[in-house]
Amino acid sequence: MNKEKHDLIIIGGGPAGIAAAISANKAGIKDILIIERDNILGGILNQCIHNGFGLHRFKEELTGPEYAGRYVELLKETKVKVLSNTMVTSLNAKKEITAINSKGVNHLLGKAIILAMGCRERSRGAISIPGDRVAGVITAGAAQRYCNIDGYLVGKKVVILGSGDIGLITARRLTLEGAKVLAVVEICPYSNGLNRNIVQCLNDFDIPLYLSHTVSNIKANKNHTRVEEVIISKVDENKNIIPNTEISFKCDTLLLSVGLIPENELSIKAGIILDPRTKGALVSNNLETSVEGIFACGNVLQVHDLVDNVSLEGERAGISAANYIKEGNKKSKGIKLEVGENLLYLCPQIIKPSSVVDSTPIFFRVKKPLDNCKINIIINNEIVSSINKIKLIPSEMQSVNIRKDMLKGAKNIKIEVIKK
Amino acid sequence: MKTDLVIIGAGIIGVSLAFELSKYNIKVILVDKENDIAMQTTKANSGIVHGGYDPKPNTLMAKMNVEGNRIIKSLHKKLNFNYKETGALIIGSTDEEKEIINKLYKQGLENKVPGLSLLKNKKEVHQVEPNLNKEISYALYSQTTGIISPWELALALAYTAVSNGVKFINNCKVEKIEKNKDKFILSTTKGEIEAKYIFNAAGLYSDDIYNMVLDNPSDGFKITPIKGEYYLLDKFLGSLVNKVIFQTPSSLGKGVLVSPTVHGNLLVGPNASFDTSKDDVSTTIDGLKYVVSASKKSVDNINFFTSNIRNFSGNRATIKGVDDFILEESKIVPHFYNFAGIKSPGLTSGPAIGKYSISLLKKSGLSLTKKENFIYHKLPTFFSHLNDNEIESLIKKNKKYGNIICRCELVSEGEIVDSIHEVIPATTIDGVKRRTNAGMGRCQGSFCGPRVFEILKNELHLDIDSIYQDKGNSNVVVSYTKGNK
Repeated sequence: MNKEKHDLIIIGGGPAGIAAAISANKAGIKDILIIERDNILGGILNQCIHNGFGLHRFKEELTGPEYAGRYVELLKETKVKVLSNTMVTSLNAKKEITAINSKGVNHLLGKAIILAMGCRERSRGAISIPGDRVAGVITAGAAQRYCNIDGYLVGKKVVILGSGDIGLITARRLTLEGAKVLAVVEICPYSNGLNRNIVQCLNDFDIPLYLSHTVSNIKANKNHTRVEEVIISKVDENKNIIPNTEISFKCDTLLLSVGLIPENELSIKAGIILDPRTKGALVSNNLETSVEGIFACGNVLQVHDLVDNVSLEGERAGISAANYIKEGNKKSKGIKLEVGENLLYLCPQIIKPSSVVDSTPIFFRVKKPLDNCKINIIINNEIVSSINKIKLIPSEMQSVNIRKDMLKGAKNIKIEVIKK
Repeated sequence: MKTDLVIIGAGIIGVSLAFELSKYNIKVILVDKENDIAMQTTKANSGIVHGGYDPKPNTLMAKMNVEGNRIIKSLHKKLNFNYKETGALIIGSTDEEKEIINKLYKQGLENKVPGLSLLKNKKEVHQVEPNLNKEISYALYSQTTGIISPWELALALAYTAVSNGVKFINNCKVEKIEKNKDKFILSTTKGEIEAKYIFNAAGLYSDDIYNMVLDNPSDGFKITPIKGEYYLLDKFLGSLVNKVIFQTPSSLGKGVLVSPTVHGNLLVGPNASFDTSKDDVSTTIDGLKYVVSASKKSVDNINFFTSNIRNFSGNRATIKGVDDFILEESKIVPHFYNFAGIKSPGLTSGPAIGKYSISLLKKSGLSLTKKENFIYHKLPTFFSHLNDNEIESLIKKNKKYGNIICRCELVSEGEIVDSIHEVIPATTIDGVKRRTNAGMGRCQGSFCGPRVFEILKNELHLDIDSIYQDKGNSNVVVSYTKGNK
């Protein structure tokens, strides 16, 4: 069995993992290993062949593979080692990793570890869609892989449940491949995708969006083999189906784009505490998890809207891990952030004032669309900062910066969004 | 094709019959209308090895259940299917329920079920099973009840049968049976088969098959399907209970159970719905709602919303007014044997019914001699059950074992390729799933599905339009993309 020790081991070679490796390297860590399960780096970006990546990071519009390519080029300038085609099967709090590849079983030990495993899609079962047992019900990401990596079309007449970005992008992609997308169906009264995707992927192709609707039945063809009909129904404000509001679509495919879940099975094995709101690790402002020396970034920490933000978060995790390797653990007190009104979550969940250099960003999403509102930072029950916003929507991740000077004498910190 | 005996239907009963017959010098063909074995009731049920306290004493059902339980335990080591003797509780709290539980206990003793005892107060019950609803104050404890992967048991029995000379023909639907003097001629979608004996193990369709040899359908029986819907929950709830938790049975069946599965998940269900047809395996809003609400009586804090990974349903083959299995030679058509009305505990009873069929044949005067070189075809152990040294040595033999394809269930390419070249090969994505567990996990094949698709395509040299999710013609993709033509 192969045994290795490294200063820093990064699990996952997608945008978060690569960015973390580059920044840790820049911060002076030489012995870095990225473990990637696929045969190439880049993660999910490799199947995202549409453009729109990198507007913030590189000030230009790149495709997913191009965006990944930029980072891979930067990585090549370093001596970071990459172990590809390798699956990590276990991780513990002593920072011991077991990983399997075609050479055998590898036991790896890191001084620090960065979790960058990304997320997975929710499937039919996760939302209990009733109906027949059929082929042709598939997650949008799997359809995207079949289409963009393998070169197969999963259906000709398609209904998409969920207006998340993957669903919208896949709607356009399948249309360009000759499929007819009959409808995108969204259970919320608002879209869960970025506005630009609604315009560019649905409106431009005359694909109707049904808000406040969900799939109430899936019917098989007469041989009980594949989808023949998808029935959608209107839902009330509690998302319960309203009887006698059915609309039927004759189609051969139902694509699901109904949410992403951070893939934290390894984190759980290591005893890392998760935040039930983000379903990612509970972290402090340096992105360290509840287990000392293990950091998290990217979609395994919180599901992001833009890859540019993933890269930035990866860079921060890389710097934190480098500091930890060089200086060891500096025990300092943390303040748990309180999730205020209208917020779905806050990430990080803990601030350690002594570790804040100038300021630290706090990310969040709102629960529902809000017009004319303000984001308040409340410290020791006093509003220390208030930012006006014309519109906030759940599909866009927001952030506020907490400056070091605000934290002087801070006992409790709360962030909220309220109507003006 | 000519043979001594044809078994119609490759569900748990058909493969059990084939397994037992393959120990003897008799030519057997096993046919199924689907593309794989275990494609109907066998793959969609609770996966329980019942103790044997339910069936009425002195019935065939009671005998087969108790004996089947014992045989499965002994076959487990020989065939290596996943099975665990967890024990079960049949729970209750009202006086009426206690009375029924007492009756089951007595019935169990009469059926010679080993390891039965009564838990007579809340403390005793919750000591055994701490997460039960706090109202539960009484239970029958059945030590020998177990959990099993139904399709793995079926695969192991079928592989063994085939390894010992039984011929399995899939996609072989029997359309007509002609009865000549001393033989049957079966017209099937795969041609004619001539046989001296027929074993009818066609499950939900066993009435249709029997009618093919009857002049008067009223001499036969009628199968009524009863559908049951389930929730399969994520592994983080897999140890919420450590035994099979039954509610007190009623006229509708054994009720909604909460049980760990042999793969480490939690299973909740089934309901019992007559609003179904033999081919209807849909789930319904009402059916699922019922399962959720009924389960609260057993365990009241299951969060279905965050833990569900799949809903499914299956049909039990029942015969109205008959509370026993039909296991006999037809009184009207000699050499035609019915194994029908196999509702619960059919899975448990299968291997015992196999043995029983031999005694039926012998009774009718057929002399059977045992084969000398009978072999057990062991299932491979899942990767996830091996230790690092065992995995390492597999990878050294073949590096495909080092390529993990299913991340949720930790299944390697090597295992998937092996399953595609088994004596009864996996030819579909779900065929691979039943043999290796790839796609059984929390992402339900979203990740490994496309990868298994490619492996099937390459190993079997299939066109993309003949790679199916499960049943024949359940296409996964419909065409190449524009740039890939």
